[in-house]
Amino acid sequence: MIAFWILAPVMVVCALGILVVRKAVHCALLLAVVMISLAVLYAVQDAPFLFAVQIIVYTGAILMLFLFVLMLVGVDASDSLVETIRGQRAVAAAMGLAFLVLLTLGVAQVSVGVDQGLEQANEGGNVPAIARVLFTRYVLAFEVTSALLITAALGAMVLAHRERLTPKPNQADWAAQRMRDFAERGTHLGPLPPPGTFARHNAVDTPALLPDGSTAPGSVPRALAARGTVRTAPAHEIDVISHEIGADAPVGPMGGLPAPPAEGPVQSDEWPGSVRPLPDGSEPEGHPVKGNKVSGLFHEPGGRWYAQTRAEVWFDSADSAEAAGFTRAGSRSGTTTKED
Amino acid sequence: MDTTPFIVLSAILFSIGAVGVLVRRNAIVIFMCVELMLNAGNLALITFARANGDLDGQIAAFFVMVVAAAEVVVGLAIIMTIFRTRRSASVDDASLLKY
Amino acid sequence: MTAALTSALTSVVPTEVPVVDPSSADGVLGLLWLVIALPVLGALVLLVGGRRTNAWGPGLATGLVFGSFGLGVAMFVEILSRSEDDRQVGQHLWTWISAGQWQVGADLLYDPLSALFVLLITGVGGLIHVYSLGYMEHDARKRRFFGYLNLFVAAMLVLVLAADYVGTFLGWEGVGLASYLLIGFWQHKPSAAAAAKKAFVINRVGDFGMALGVGLIFATFGTTSFAGVSEAAGRASDGALIAIGFLLLLAACGKSAQFPLQAWLLDAMEGPTPVSALIHAATMVTAGVYLIVRSNFIFELAPAARTGVIVIGCITLLYGAVIGCAKDDIKKVLAGSTMSQIGYMVLASGLGVAGYAFAIFHLLTHGFFKANMFLGAGSTMHGTDDDVDMRHYGLLRKAMPVTFLTFAMGYLAIIGFPGFSGFWSKDKIIETAFAQNPVAGACALVGAGVTGFYMTRLMLMTFFGKERWEPDVHPHESPRTMTVPLVVLAALSVLGGVLLLGDWIVDFLAPVVGEHEEEHLAISPLAFSAIAVVVVAVGVVVAWLTVGRRDVPREAPQDVSFVTRAARNELYGNEVNDALVVTPTMRTITALDAADGRAVDGAAEGVARSVGGLSAVSRRLQNGYVRSYAVALLAGAALVVAALLVVNL
Repeated sequence: MIAFWILAPVMVVCALGILVVRKAVHCALLLAVVMISLAVLYAVQDAPFLFAVQIIVYTGAILMLFLFVLMLVGVDASDSLVETIRGQRAVAAAMGLAFLVLLTLGVAQVSVGVDQGLEQANEGGNVPAIARVLFTRYVLAFEVTSALLITAALGAMVLAHRERLTPKPNQADWAAQRMRDFAERGTHLGPLPPPGTFARHNAVDTPALLPDGSTAPGSVPRALAARGTVRTAPAHEIDVISHEIGADAPVGPMGGLPAPPAEGPVQSDEWPGSVRPLPDGSEPEGHPVKGNKVSGLFHEPGGRWYAQTRAEVWFDSADSAEAAGFTRAGSRSGTTTKED
Repeated sequence: MDTTPFIVLSAILFSIGAVGVLVRRNAIVIFMCVELMLNAGNLALITFARANGDLDGQIAAFFVMVVAAAEVVVGLAIIMTIFRTRRSASVDDASLLKY
Repeated sequence: MTAALTSALTSVVPTEVPVVDPSSADGVLGLLWLVIALPVLGALVLLVGGRRTNAWGPGLATGLVFGSFGLGVAMFVEILSRSEDDRQVGQHLWTWISAGQWQVGADLLYDPLSALFVLLITGVGGLIHVYSLGYMEHDARKRRFFGYLNLFVAAMLVLVLAADYVGTFLGWEGVGLASYLLIGFWQHKPSAAAAAKKAFVINRVGDFGMALGVGLIFATFGTTSFAGVSEAAGRASDGALIAIGFLLLLAACGKSAQFPLQAWLLDAMEGPTPVSALIHAATMVTAGVYLIVRSNFIFELAPAARTGVIVIGCITLLYGAVIGCAKDDIKKVLAGSTMSQIGYMVLASGLGVAGYAFAIFHLLTHGFFKANMFLGAGSTMHGTDDDVDMRHYGLLRKAMPVTFLTFAMGYLAIIGFPGFSGFWSKDKIIETAFAQNPVAGACALVGAGVTGFYMTRLMLMTFFGKERWEPDVHPHESPRTMTVPLVVLAALSVLGGVLLLGDWIVDFLAPVVGEHEEEHLAISPLAFSAIAVVVVAVGVVVAWLTVGRRDVPREAPQDVSFVTRAARNELYGNEVNDALVVTPTMRTITALDAADGRAVDGAAEGVARSVGGLSAVSRRLQNGYVRSYAVALLAGAALVVAALLVVNL
């Protein structure tokens, strides 16, 4: 019981964590904790075979499968914790609580009788005992299960298989396609710009700067942009300078000088009607529209992704944002960042 | 060893899994919550097996695991397919079948 | 107790009713079915044959009717040669309806009553066919007209030859149909179409009485054949007999245009004139009289119903006469006159055994002289470009001498000029009425005087006075095909009285209607006839004073007394119908329609709409979010757990 009382709170906390953490990968890790703890509890309850199966099948196979699919699907807006169905959370919480209370009331009333223990059943070892039952009384179910597994494997293959409808393009095709795109739509012909040059650590998340001081949109991987972990070049600069002067004091942008006392929003010289972010990241007075330089999108207050967007520039209105060449979030489709 | 705490833990995990299915939007996370519910059921089965002193509960738990594996394989394939066409793994995006 | 009552009742009922007991047909009488079959054949050939028969169809139709007439004459001679007890002949053709104990055969009955009717229908009908050959010569739908005429003759023959109330009903409906088709023959005229519809609808009221009557007869006697009913009539209860009598009287009122179902007859004059002569003067409108006389075994045993018949007859004979006094349309005057004369017949048939024979007698003579006058009116219209307004006639006797002379014969007959047919028949009715009921007699006598007035007015306005027709109208005599029937009918109008010679017709009809008991008036028949003639003469003189001595204005004067205006408006019969029946019906229908639209539809649609509204609300539950559905799933699971808890507690 000691193992139980240690593991049970851990499991409950991890399970609750699944409900609240934002990233699916974290969910998978929390689930792994729960499952391994369960495996221990199986072992405690004289089920060593299931302990092994739980570790191997669940934590080993199934969770790995989950992680594979997560990697395939990539990061996406569904990770958001913003509830879109009105009242869903309240109803879900009420329902879950009611269910829990009822279920607990129910099982609390079940009198299991004397705890028999499995000493007798496991006499010749748990695995042979299980094998004896499985291959005698449950042999039919066992065989049917095998059929089920094969069917599932086939089904997964069929579902995941994608028929190739066009011949696979080779290097020459790609090159021709690029030239065509350039001729027709003016698409950039060369390779995308590399990420930022102030490589202190993993510079992949820092966009390159163009000669005018703005960031090059294509210089960071799309997945990072979608995940929102792209660092702005000015922020990176601040990091560098802070490190050099060995202080956490707020410093001014561009030029390494400490920022003057903020009298109000600092006018950006980039576009009319835009200001740079305040050091604490909050909204500058009178400039509610958030702009994302990397994605080239802007977000209006009340928009779906407004709250979670980290602004690199603030606009006083949607019009000036559009004038600056930004696109309204959600008006663009087919991007990896599923904004809508 | 008392059985009731195990059963109550099973109920708690099951309820948390159910609520997770209701509140999460990522289809994969929802799937994880379903797995959590299945595991909670397994815990109850194994506990009852011990309480009853025979192995039928463990056999049942074993079958649950196998079936869960099959289910996960197919379910994830379906999620993959949906994602491939809709570029989204959110269950709320697949909401065309309505009034 | 019951037995005593029954015997008391039978002792009260004075007469024994004659029983219809026909012997089976043989010899020439075996051809009875052919009398009906010939016009049926004609109707079929003309109506089914279509345009191919245009050329010879009308001639064929005429010939077939005369064929029937020939057969009728032969059979008439045959039964005259038989003894009085052997004059009822039946012919069983096939079993028509067989339902349980109820057997209706397609049976024919030929007895003295039917014999006279067959002669009248085929004889007058044949003459009118001949007349129509001329009258309808230029009509594009002549063939169809003759087809309808044959259909009518066939239906009328079924009516009078059937040996069963159901058969009579078949003919009854058949003549109604033919009448409808012929009144509306010129269907391009809205007035004709409306008149046809009106006649049909009002006739339905009478037919309704007939259908109920036949149903009640079956319910009472278990049979509908004349033989069976007449045999069992004495055993039926008084109430049933009275009810049957009144229902049959209602039927007669409808078909014979008797008060209160008289309104259709004047409008029916929209039909071609031969139709008016054949159907609405000579034959079909007398079907009611036939029905009453044929059902004498019922009316004899139901004195209350007979009283009703007398009352209806008296009212109608005055009603029609008053209308006839005010109308300027020559056909409508004659229609009013027809109504009035049939009133005489109905009155006579209500007088019981004493009157049946005279009703039939007057029916025959009226058939002659009224057909004669209608055809004469048609002839005048033919000569004056289809003008029917008598105010546009005047002095036609110069232009149309044959028409004038034949019409004059009819005129003298209808007013009862001594020696002419109407004198004999109407005189007898008035006399008998006086003998039974002075009030009825007085009505009949006054009616005779009014008849003298309006017929004299008609004669004066049409054939005497000054020429009042339009300048471009050139009255001329009609062709031979029209004048020959006029002459024949005029002769019959004059000579019809011979039927009464030695009380022949009374004796002839005795096997059907029973023996005639002598009625004794306080004064001698001769003196009574003199009184009647004087009354008629008064009417004639009044007409001469009011119409003959003055110029007749071409337009009807409007500043006339209330009585004249009422008479012109047919005594407001149509308005009464409108007020009593049409308007309430329309209101009811409007109300029902509104109720249907608001209440019934409202309820139905309200249910539908509320279901729809609820659905519109509840379909919001189907929001497409699988997580919402999962909530419902979890709620269900919670409910199951709760239920288990409740059960286990």
